[in-house]
Amino acid sequence: MEFITDILLLSDSTLRISAPLILAALAGLCAERAGIVDIGLEGKMLAAAFGAAAAAAVSGSPWVGLFAGIMVSVILALLHGYVSIHQRGNQIVSGMAINIMVAGLAPTLANAWFSLGGQTPLLDNEARFTAIDLPFAKSLEGVPMVGALYSDLLSGHSLLTYLAFAMVPLVAWILYKTRFGLRLRAVGENPEAVDTAGISVTLLRYQAMVIAGVLCGMSGSALSTALGAGFIRDMSAGKGFLALAAMIFGRWKPVPTLLACLLFAFVDALQGRLQGVSFPLIGEIPVQFTIMLPYVITVVILAGFAGKMDAPRASGIPYEKDR
Amino acid sequence: MHVAPAIETRDLCKRFGDVKANDNVSLVVDQGSVHGIVGENGAGKSTLLKMLFGFYQPNSGDLIVNGEHISLGSPAEAMAAGIAMVHQHFMLVEPFTVLENIVLGAEGQGLLKQAEIDAKAKLKGLEQQFGFDLPFDQPVSQLSVGERQRVEILKALFRGADTLILDEPTAVLTPQECDQLFELIKLLKSRGKTILFVTHKLHEIMAVTDSVTVIRAGRVIVRTDTASTSPEALAEAMVGSKISRSVTRADTDHGIPRLSVQNVSALSDHSHRALQNISFDLFDGEVLGVAGVAGNGQTELLEVLTGLRRVSDGFVSLSGEATNSKDVFTDPISLRRAGVGHVAEDRLKSGVVASMSARENAILGYHREADFCRGGLMRLSAIDQAANDYFENQDVRPRNPDLPVASFSGGNQQKLVIAREIARDPQTLIVGQPTRGVDIGAVTKIHDQITALRNAGKALLVVSADLDELMAISDRIAVLCDGKLVGIVPISEADERTIGLMMAGSAASSLVGSATEGQDQ
Amino acid sequence: MSGSATKLPGVLESVLMPMLNILVALLASGLVVLALGEDPVVVLSLLIEGAFGYEEAIGYTFYYATNFIFTGLAVSVAFHAGHFNIGGEGQAMLGGLGLTLAVFWLGSSAPVLSIILAVFGAALFGAAWAFIPAWLQAHRGSHVVITTIMFNFIASALLAYLLVGPLQRPGGQMPESSDFPDGTALPQFHELMEILGISFEQSPLNLSFLIALLAAFGVWFLLARTRFGYEMRVTGQNSDAAKFAGISVPRVTVIALMMSGALAGMMGLNELLGEQLRLIGNFTLGYGFVGIAVAFMGRNHPVGIVLAAILFGAVYQGGAEIGFEIPKITRDMSVVIQGLVILFAGAMPHLFRRPVTALYARFAGKGNK
Repeated sequence: MEFITDILLLSDSTLRISAPLILAALAGLCAERAGIVDIGLEGKMLAAAFGAAAAAAVSGSPWVGLFAGIMVSVILALLHGYVSIHQRGNQIVSGMAINIMVAGLAPTLANAWFSLGGQTPLLDNEARFTAIDLPFAKSLEGVPMVGALYSDLLSGHSLLTYLAFAMVPLVAWILYKTRFGLRLRAVGENPEAVDTAGISVTLLRYQAMVIAGVLCGMSGSALSTALGAGFIRDMSAGKGFLALAAMIFGRWKPVPTLLACLLFAFVDALQGRLQGVSFPLIGEIPVQFTIMLPYVITVVILAGFAGKMDAPRASGIPYEKDR
Repeated sequence: MHVAPAIETRDLCKRFGDVKANDNVSLVVDQGSVHGIVGENGAGKSTLLKMLFGFYQPNSGDLIVNGEHISLGSPAEAMAAGIAMVHQHFMLVEPFTVLENIVLGAEGQGLLKQAEIDAKAKLKGLEQQFGFDLPFDQPVSQLSVGERQRVEILKALFRGADTLILDEPTAVLTPQECDQLFELIKLLKSRGKTILFVTHKLHEIMAVTDSVTVIRAGRVIVRTDTASTSPEALAEAMVGSKISRSVTRADTDHGIPRLSVQNVSALSDHSHRALQNISFDLFDGEVLGVAGVAGNGQTELLEVLTGLRRVSDGFVSLSGEATNSKDVFTDPISLRRAGVGHVAEDRLKSGVVASMSARENAILGYHREADFCRGGLMRLSAIDQAANDYFENQDVRPRNPDLPVASFSGGNQQKLVIAREIARDPQTLIVGQPTRGVDIGAVTKIHDQITALRNAGKALLVVSADLDELMAISDRIAVLCDGKLVGIVPISEADERTIGLMMAGSAASSLVGSATEGQDQ
Repeated sequence: MSGSATKLPGVLESVLMPMLNILVALLASGLVVLALGEDPVVVLSLLIEGAFGYEEAIGYTFYYATNFIFTGLAVSVAFHAGHFNIGGEGQAMLGGLGLTLAVFWLGSSAPVLSIILAVFGAALFGAAWAFIPAWLQAHRGSHVVITTIMFNFIASALLAYLLVGPLQRPGGQMPESSDFPDGTALPQFHELMEILGISFEQSPLNLSFLIALLAAFGVWFLLARTRFGYEMRVTGQNSDAAKFAGISVPRVTVIALMMSGALAGMMGLNELLGEQLRLIGNFTLGYGFVGIAVAFMGRNHPVGIVLAAILFGAVYQGGAEIGFEIPKITRDMSVVIQGLVILFAGAMPHLFRRPVTALYARFAGKGNK
């Protein structure tokens, strides 16, 4: 029985932790499918986390926070788009520049505005996205199995978590079922074909960056206004990079990317549960080794699958009309 | 009643920097006709086409479509004016299906499902009218080159094009596929479409066009009805002077083969069987031409012969040294030391490092030789000397080895490459596409050089996509199809039709037993 | 490798253009300062004063520059071979571990030998940490950008474990090792100057600055004069041509990335063997990432890298100084400036190409093609 409780708790935290990862990975997916490598997910997440927390702290509304987080992230995405599309700059350098800039700017502004040593004030529950009870969750609680699955596991997450999961079919639908999605996928494979078909490569890529910005903004907002209760220094802690790895592992496809995110989130949740647990023979695993786990798994996964094989063919390559 | 031309240009000019790619080009393409544009590589054909479908904008001059002066700001505007282009390098998204490629950019509405249903209905009509039969739900990556081209044409028709520009449409086709294309062109014409047919092959002009414009160095040299001209007259207009080419050949010494290929099979990058059980010998004092439609194993054959690809079966040997020379063929450096030079088929892809200086490129592949490098250090003055010698010997221009290779013309790049590969007087030379992207002046020079090497007793294997070229320089022509050696034909018995059939895979057993070279001449 | 169509004279290309980019980065930083309600001019003059105003400041500037030379060279060596080594952080941490093990192993019995061993230990461990991503890139095609980032996190956790476990100072609470044995420290710059009879204020600047300059010369020599450098550059520019020339691309990839790792690893010499005299957790402080900017701003040429490193050193030191004077602007501000410099000078090298080319053409009389 305790085992089942453990599994439930583990699954519950997996879902919770996975939300920002899923959103960021989908952001990376949209950008790369349009041919722009976005290593700046990490920075955009962090910026959005700060923007959301700051706005929520001032306004007292998580919605204002979410809006601010998304706006900040979209601006950075457009900046990356400008460097990649108009300046034909190096997309990896640009992404890293955004990461570093945000790592400095967020605590600088936090310190200047709130004087709390680079953090934002702790958010009240009214200013956060708190747990939502799904319909009938209370009444089904007592029912065996269903109660555990529905009321304990599926119910009781924040709105942003549900949104994250809803975004997967939505992004898949846009990519595969709409005209816009067809063009977006085409521009990541063969921008010249898109150009000669009379569609603007530039506009499509900017649109993709806006979508990536919105998703990444939601991801960062989830960090500071749903999972956490305020912004703290470096709170993205490599999640942007993990999201990128999940996207590669998921072969640039929404549903496999979701599964990869769930895997990483599960490892992360497991890591939390393993702390202090003593194993037969090995004894207690030092916390640092469990922290390593997602990163080690990522490397193993990348080693197992030649990562570049399914990448959109034009990703990372600036489009030049007159060659 | 007088009908306005489908396309007319008046004094169209386009400059890139100081280079005048198009200089007062005036063109008239009659409604419902097939009009040919011929010119050498770099004559300015592509620039003209790109202006006609809105990809480039002219610096000056007028463009008149169906009697109306218009300016085309983008391919979309050209399409709206009824002009569509079938590019030499297809503008297709490979992982997409045929249908997705056709609707891309002309979906008509936001949701794909309905767009595809509508498109299918419309395509059915087009299919009946023009006799297409394409697998709509297959990814383009699985289609043959000929099929891809038909997808491009259907794409244009789907968008309601009245005028189709075909840019070098036959460059990638087998002679049989070419015939199919010509049938299609005639059908399109009979249904009222106007075709602009661009090529540098004169017999194609004679075969399908009603009228023709010759372009040289960015200018129109002549416009005439096809019926009232001849290939010779066109060739002269195209090149500027009469080309006379009579190659004097010394006898081939059919003694011991210099290079022997025995039952070789090899896998492609995608683990397909790219070469299947190929055997032939290459003798001193001969040029063995290798023909075939692109992608039928020529690339892999070149790679096997130059140590870049391992055989999965069989072996290659040099000068009859049986199997102990096998190892040589796994390492390009040992192979060069053993006297096998290699002119890469795709110069810019692998034969040179375009961003590095000509000097540094002059030692590529020979950079480990003692005269260029000692104790792990480069000998800069020796390298400099070698580069200067190559420039001098081959008359590479401009004479500045400091410039990056990218800033030389194709012909001068190729001269540098050839100088490098023959500098050590190799007994065997493996050549891929000797004159691809090379200007006409250099072509003759390169051909003469190949013949001179042959007459000096060297063994040469030349792979080329240009059948005319192979006919001009080879002693024997080997034909590859689908990774198999269809046969080897002595030049005395070779004609374009036979080779064409062999390229399409029909084993010309009546001519020569497959994979035996026998006693030619 | 300037790699663009329009040719500008060398001075404009390699001096004026980066200068303009830095100028814009500083302007953007000024806007941030303005947004914080401070006077950008005051802040800028504080920054310059803090970086170059007095001997100690200069010492600190060059001390930080030393870190950036190592990490910049590391990025650049990998880049010449066609790869992005974003793992400078992790490799530097492991380099720090390597030199720590070396000095503790030999102890204070032979300080000079122990320092020499420490240099090799730092390079060796840094190279070893780069080996796995390098091998995976060369033989499995696993993208080195992602794997090196992952290895940064792994290195950080590994170091954290060691510093609260086996390597922790006995009885200590902080994540740090015991002090290095007596005498195993790199001589300070002011000590060296004293020998020459010149007095210089005390600062953390130490011998590793000279080691860094030596490394820069070594990298130049490698690239311009050696066969391996040639093979590396060919591979980096066109791997198909490298295969054509009989160069083993996987071998070059692995060796180049390991050299890169070794250079990053040597960063620990400056921080640990020059200043801290003990191993501490996360001593790399993002210097590995800034190396990317340094390499790009320095146009991947060792001389450019040294100059760019000094610039970043100045921003770093000057930025810290601002924090003392204006509490509202913390040390994080220097990270912002770094980010902006990377953005403008590293990612947008062509930002001013068009106007500069146009102006040049005008002043040169006519278009120079």
